[in-house]
Amino acid sequence: MTSLIDFFNALGKYDFLQSALITAVMVGIMSGIIGSFIILRGMSLMGDAISHAVLPGVAVAYMLGINILVGASLFGVLAALLIGFVASRSKIKTDTSIGVVFSAFYALGFILISMAESSTNLHHILFGNILAVSDSDIMTTAVVLGIVILFVVIFYKELLVTSFDETYAKTYGLNVQVIHYALMLVLTLVTVSALQTVGIILVVAMLITPAATAFLWTDKLGVMLILSAIMGVVSSITGLYFSYTFNWASGPAIVIVAALLFAFSFIFSPKQNFFRLKRSVTR
Amino acid sequence: MLSVKNLTVAYDDTPVFSDVAVNFNAGKITGIIGPNGAGKSTLIKAILNLIKTRQGHVDYDGQPIKSVQKQIAYVEQRKDLDLTFPIDVFDLVLIGTYGKLGLFKSPGKNEKQASHAALAQVSLTDFTKRQVGNLSGGQLQRVFVARAIVQQAEIIILDEPFVGIDLQSETAIMKILKQWRDENKTIIVIHHDLNKVTKYFDDLVILNHGIVDFGPAKEVYNSKNIESAFSADLSSVLFSDKEGM
Repeated sequence: MTSLIDFFNALGKYDFLQSALITAVMVGIMSGIIGSFIILRGMSLMGDAISHAVLPGVAVAYMLGINILVGASLFGVLAALLIGFVASRSKIKTDTSIGVVFSAFYALGFILISMAESSTNLHHILFGNILAVSDSDIMTTAVVLGIVILFVVIFYKELLVTSFDETYAKTYGLNVQVIHYALMLVLTLVTVSALQTVGIILVVAMLITPAATAFLWTDKLGVMLILSAIMGVVSSITGLYFSYTFNWASGPAIVIVAALLFAFSFIFSPKQNFFRLKRSVTR
Repeated sequence: MLSVKNLTVAYDDTPVFSDVAVNFNAGKITGIIGPNGAGKSTLIKAILNLIKTRQGHVDYDGQPIKSVQKQIAYVEQRKDLDLTFPIDVFDLVLIGTYGKLGLFKSPGKNEKQASHAALAQVSLTDFTKRQVGNLSGGQLQRVFVARAIVQQAEIIILDEPFVGIDLQSETAIMKILKQWRDENKTIIVIHHDLNKVTKYFDDLVILNHGIVDFGPAKEVYNSKNIESAFSADLSSVLFSDKEGM
């Protein structure tokens, strides 16, 4: 218990820890919300791909001294377009197309980062460095959070119908492609924001695990979005606490907490009904 | 009247059908029958503008179908959907109001009232809050029909609505189709069960990679057409009692 009190004392004392907490909370909310749509659309692999495909954009942004959101968004959307292009213009299936495109982007990113080594730290991009969040990082994250919330509020019914029943949406003339690519763009923004807290490798966990946990507790999309955001926030705060107290890397600490919440829900959620399922299997 | 003119659809280089011309009349329930792979679903997908056509066009009362797209309600096959999705019966029906609302507008009081009324019409008021995966096949099909009701469309297209559902739901859906017919709407139904063809449909389109025949169901549904669309064996089984006597 003393460590918990230590943590709160430190929070009051150190600006860097406050910044880390604020960022972690914001990233928890936005990745929980966008992640819900990613898993409901069966796009977990796409989420992973986009989060990796932004790496060259991050490198180019560092090299040119521009905002990394701009560089990353460019490459994130480019990857999404290219994945769609390869899958629709050939007999190659989408998951294969994702595999080819994102690994190529990731590889390009590594090469570019190593060329720009003097000004960046690859380790921080890959695993996150939440304790080095600057004021401008917080601002950027806040702006992205605003965009995410506005996007989901304004296009809630379009996101709902294209996620549940895309064919039906097409029959009344909705441009489902525009919704898809808008979601991909917002996904890249979330990915870049989450880079700082959990790093590129674990971004996908923040997108998918809290959303999957929320999915196990509710049958309403609106509730799922809120619950998923809460799961993201709880994982972020608790993970940060473990990171500070036990000197663990922040990204893995946050992701482990998210995974534990999922494991708990998997066993105990009434919707999942693990015990009854188990019984019927063993019978 | 919904008119299909010189329609050709091909996947890659294999034509599904070519030069199809057929009319669907308002105030009629039109059935589409044909063997598996005959192009039934492809024809309605072309009408719904879901697939690219090689040539030809579809008109509704002289206007291109695309300009009246919001006047079409589509009841698709249930198997195409993710039934674990976190959505309940009421919200699914509410989706039917999205098309006419357009972007940026959320369903309000009127849309919600319409959805409740539609659910009452298909006798599912007690299931409003039920997650869609926890319904029987027949109940789910009635939910999709309720969604079509709130769309207030002029053209309603149903893709095999009676597959795998109970008799009570089938009767309830048929009742709604007849109401739509009385309101002078155009109703198109892809159908698989040849036994009920003349009982359910006013008009009939028999398809087998092209139009075999179309017209009033009682005239078109005969042994010659069924033999040419399906097989001589099937035709002789179906018509033996009528024509053998």
